[in-house]
Amino acid sequence: MSTSLLEVEDLVVRYPVARGIVGTATRRPQESVHAVDGVSFSIGAGEMVALVGESGCGKTSTAQAVMRLVDAESGAIRFEGRELSGLGNRTLRPLRRRLQMIYQDPYESLDPRLRVRQAVAESLVIHHLGGSKAEREARVREALARVELTPPDLFLDRYPHELSGGQRQRVAIAAALVLEPSLLVADEPVSMLDVSVRAGVLSLLDSLKRAGLAILMITHDLSTAARFADRIAVMYLGRIVEEGPAAEVVRSPQHPYTKALLSVVPRRDPRERRRGQVLRGETPDAVRIPSGCRFHPRCPVAIEACRTDEPALELTSAGHVAACLLA
Amino acid sequence: MTTPLLQVEDLHVWFDLAEGGELHAVQGIGLTLEPGGRLGLVGESGCGKTTTALAIMGLLPPSASAAGRVVLDGEDLLAGGEQTIRSHRWVDIAIVFQGAMNALNPVQTVGAQIVEALEVHDRASGSAAKLRAGELLESVGIPRQRSGRYPHELSGGMRQRAAIAMALSCEPKVLIADEPTTALDVMVQAQILDLLDALCREFGLALIMVTHDLPIVAQLCDRAAVMYAGRIAEQGPVDALYHDPQHPYTRLLFAATPDLDDLDGRVASIPGAPPRLDQPLDGCPFRPRCDSAFAKCAELPPLLELGEGREAACHLTGVTVT
Repeated sequence: MSTSLLEVEDLVVRYPVARGIVGTATRRPQESVHAVDGVSFSIGAGEMVALVGESGCGKTSTAQAVMRLVDAESGAIRFEGRELSGLGNRTLRPLRRRLQMIYQDPYESLDPRLRVRQAVAESLVIHHLGGSKAEREARVREALARVELTPPDLFLDRYPHELSGGQRQRVAIAAALVLEPSLLVADEPVSMLDVSVRAGVLSLLDSLKRAGLAILMITHDLSTAARFADRIAVMYLGRIVEEGPAAEVVRSPQHPYTKALLSVVPRRDPRERRRGQVLRGETPDAVRIPSGCRFHPRCPVAIEACRTDEPALELTSAGHVAACLLA
Repeated sequence: MTTPLLQVEDLHVWFDLAEGGELHAVQGIGLTLEPGGRLGLVGESGCGKTTTALAIMGLLPPSASAAGRVVLDGEDLLAGGEQTIRSHRWVDIAIVFQGAMNALNPVQTVGAQIVEALEVHDRASGSAAKLRAGELLESVGIPRQRSGRYPHELSGGMRQRAAIAMALSCEPKVLIADEPTTALDVMVQAQILDLLDALCREFGLALIMVTHDLPIVAQLCDRAAVMYAGRIAEQGPVDALYHDPQHPYTRLLFAATPDLDDLDGRVASIPGAPPRLDQPLDGCPFRPRCDSAFAKCAELPPLLELGEGREAACHLTGVTVT
C-alpha cells in the first residue's frame, strides 16, 4: 500500500559485541547482536500501532532505527514517501520535524533548568520555526492546550520539578506536537507514571491519533496495547511473530508466544484466576539465535520441523499474520 | 477466627524534612495478617505503602520516627526499638525489594551471600551452610551449580529469585515483597508470581505484597488494603474490593486499569493528584479527586468496620454508589 505514512521493510539492526582485549588479540571472530532481524510493518495517518514484546525483543531498536538514532544495517524505512536510510543530516532535518519521539521517563527527558515555556519553544528554535517571539509564544500556548495543560498560563513558567509525572509527560508531548509532526514514536510513554494518571496520557494520545497523528507505541504492556492501539505487532528475538488488528490479536492469538504472553497478564477480576501458560527460562540472547523457529526451545507445542524450518509470516485471517508452522 | 500472625495497630510514620517541618507519611493504619494469609498493600507512589513495609521491618531511615504497634505472635516489635526488632528481622519477617541488584552484594557470589546470612543468624555453618544455601536456591528455581555466580552474571528474574532465597534463609513466617516484579518482563513476572504462590502453599508462608498493580493483587492475594495519602481508604477480601468497592478511590483505581478481558470498557484516569502530607489533611484526602464528594467530605471520614472483614473510610459507605 502506498498510502502508508511509514513503511518499514525488512529492517535489520545489528550491534557489534565487544570482544575485549583478549578477544581482539586472539582474533576471535566478531560477533553481533541481531537486535532487529528482518522487521516489516507500516503505519497510516491516524493509526496507532503497538510494538509489543519483552526486553531484548528489538522493539526499542526498531523505534530507534525509524528515528534514525541508530543506523540500520539493511532494509528500507520510507516516511512520507521518502527513503530515510542513507539521508544525510541536512536532508534529514526537515523530515525529523515531522517525526517526533517521546520517552519513557519524563523525569529524564525534560531539562530540569528549563521552564515549560522554554522546553516547548526549544524545539521551534532548533528547527528555525515560529518566527517572532510572539508567534512562538502563541504556538507554545496552543501546544500546551492540545495536551490539556490548561490554562497554559498556569504552566508556562513552571520548572519540571514543579510538575507531576503525568504533567511532565504532557509537556514532553507538547514539545513534540509544537513541530506539527505526522508520526509520533512513543517509547513506553506511561510505564513510569502512576496508575491513576496513565489512562489520561493514553487518552490524550488516543485523541491526537483521532485528529490524524500516526503513533508508533513501544510497550511491554499488552493490556494497554490492546485497549489503545489499532494494530499490535508482537516481537520475539528481533522478529515480528504476529501482527494484526489489536482486538483480534488479543481475542484470537495465533502464535504460541502471543498466546502464552496473553495468558499470563494478570486480570483485574479476582474470580478470573487461571494458571497461564508460564514459559520456562528466558528469552535467549540475540547473539546466538536458535535454528529454525527462534521460539522453538521455549515453545509448548513445538514439533520436530520447528527445529529446522524457519516460519514466515503467513496470513491467518484478513490483516492478521503469524509466523508459526502450526498457525 | 484464627489468631493473627501479624497485627499492625495505629501505625504512624513521620519524616523530618530537611527544610524543617514533618511529613506525616503513614497516618494511623491497621493491618491484620493471618498465618499463611496473603495481604496486598496497594496504592500510588507516595501513599505510604513502602514506608509501612519498612516500618514493619524496622528498616526506616534515621530521619523517620514511628509510633503505634507492630505485633508479631503477641510481641510488639516497635516497643523495644532496634533491640527487639533485631531478633525478629530476617528470622521471622523478611523482605524482598524491587531492584534485586541493590539487595545483593555485587562483589560476592549469591551462594556466599546466603551462606553468610545462615551463619550470621546461627542457622548453619561451614559445609552444612553451603548445602543449605544450595537447597534454598533450588527451592526458588535456581540450579545449585549457579551458587558460584555473581549477581551481575544472573538475569533480572534470576537475581530476584536469589534475593527471595536469601530472604527465606531463616525460614521466616512472613515475607514482605515490595514491588518484586515491577522491573521485570511479563513472562518473568509470571514466573516470580508463580514462585511466591508456590512458596506460600508449600511452606505456609504469609505474604504482604506491596504494589501499585491491582491485577497482581487480584490474582495473588486473598485480602488487600488500598492506601491513599498515608491512610487506608478501604480493605477487605480482594473479591469484594473488585466486585463491590465501598470507597470511590478503589472503584476509580480499578477503572483506571486497562484489562484484557474488558477491551471495550472505558479506561478513565483520576484527575488531580494526592494531597501533600507535610500539612494536616483538610477533610477527606481524596475529596478533590472524588467523583462522589459532597458537603460532609470536608470532615475526615473514619475507617468504618463493615463486617466480613471489610473496612472503608468514606462518608458514603453503606450508601449505594452508582
